[in-house]
Amino acid sequence: MNGMNPLPWYVAGPMIGLIVPLLLLFGGKVFAISANLRHLCAAAIPESSRLKPAFLRYDWRKTGQWNLVFALGLVLGGVLTALVFGVPDAGASISDATRLDLAALGISDFSGLVPESLFSWSALGTVGGLSTVILGGFLVGFGARYAGGCTSGHAISGLADFQLPSLVAVVGFFIGGLFVTHVLLPLVLL
Amino acid sequence: MATTPYSSAPRTKTGIRTAEPPNYECLDTAQVPTSFRDKALREGNSPVSLAIYLLLGVYVGVLLTQSEVVSWYRIQEMFRFQSFHMYGIIGSAVAVAGGSLSAIKRLGLTTVHGEPIRLEPKQWGTGRIPGARYVVGGSIFGMGWALLGACPGPIFALAGTGITVMFAALASAMLGTWAYSMLRPRLPH
Repeated sequence: MNGMNPLPWYVAGPMIGLIVPLLLLFGGKVFAISANLRHLCAAAIPESSRLKPAFLRYDWRKTGQWNLVFALGLVLGGVLTALVFGVPDAGASISDATRLDLAALGISDFSGLVPESLFSWSALGTVGGLSTVILGGFLVGFGARYAGGCTSGHAISGLADFQLPSLVAVVGFFIGGLFVTHVLLPLVLL
Repeated sequence: MATTPYSSAPRTKTGIRTAEPPNYECLDTAQVPTSFRDKALREGNSPVSLAIYLLLGVYVGVLLTQSEVVSWYRIQEMFRFQSFHMYGIIGSAVAVAGGSLSAIKRLGLTTVHGEPIRLEPKQWGTGRIPGARYVVGGSIFGMGWALLGACPGPIFALAGTGITVMFAALASAMLGTWAYSMLRPRLPH
């Protein structure tokens, strides 16, 4: 099933926001997904390895198990979307202005959630695919831990709690994002 | 003194600072007072609890995909300020979360297991430039977010929809986290 309209923001946003009190009231947990990258690293590197820095030496089973299970739920949510609810056609529902801008960068297919010319295994051999998937992934992992949180931890949980450091981090998200969108992306896609 | 996940970290031969200040930043575990933490961790890892966390993950995963938050196109649209969609989602999520948090605090609500809820304030840091980590780390994250078109949650959800190359992005994000962990003692915080 493809080509569906997205859930409107005024339905999706409040329903996503509810996850913050749900996690707190159930187990005193904070909605912060990027911590899983740390848990996964801690799980992947053996204790005896000299390449395991202090930051990754902690009891990830005890502290991170709930969040890793939550992340597995995110994957299953994606599966459920693909198999049951249908994948919305984001490329078709974005604004005309964005479609024009992206077409000028050489993006030609606007179906599904991501452009296949960048997000496929075969595209990893191209500068565009390598930059978006591999470099992008690396910077997400590095930056999220350096900043102490990602969109869920800072932009949602942190801002909701009026944490000033989170606001600074979100400003940083936009400094980096605007630089990439307007300076770096034209260089790697053209 | 109650043990925290960090105080038991062994010292490495390389002389890298190992003793993390308690509650330094493991945001997802330290939201109940220290005296309740062991109990909370025990309850949080029971099979019933884990099943509920799984369901909550599915709930968010479906919402992230159905609202197109996971879409590279939507993130491009957001960073070009060409639609209200992403701002509406993040803004209304923050409003609902914020309202709920102040209600939890005002009413003094506890978790279902009875632990008091207390959010750890984020630290400004002790470096020469307080908050440097939030500006620099945030900018690095923002660059990755705009390139990949996905933050950590959407990486998982997108992989589930069948875009399996997101597992390569996940592996690369783990590599980025590891690189940060190695460089951490040298970076300003």
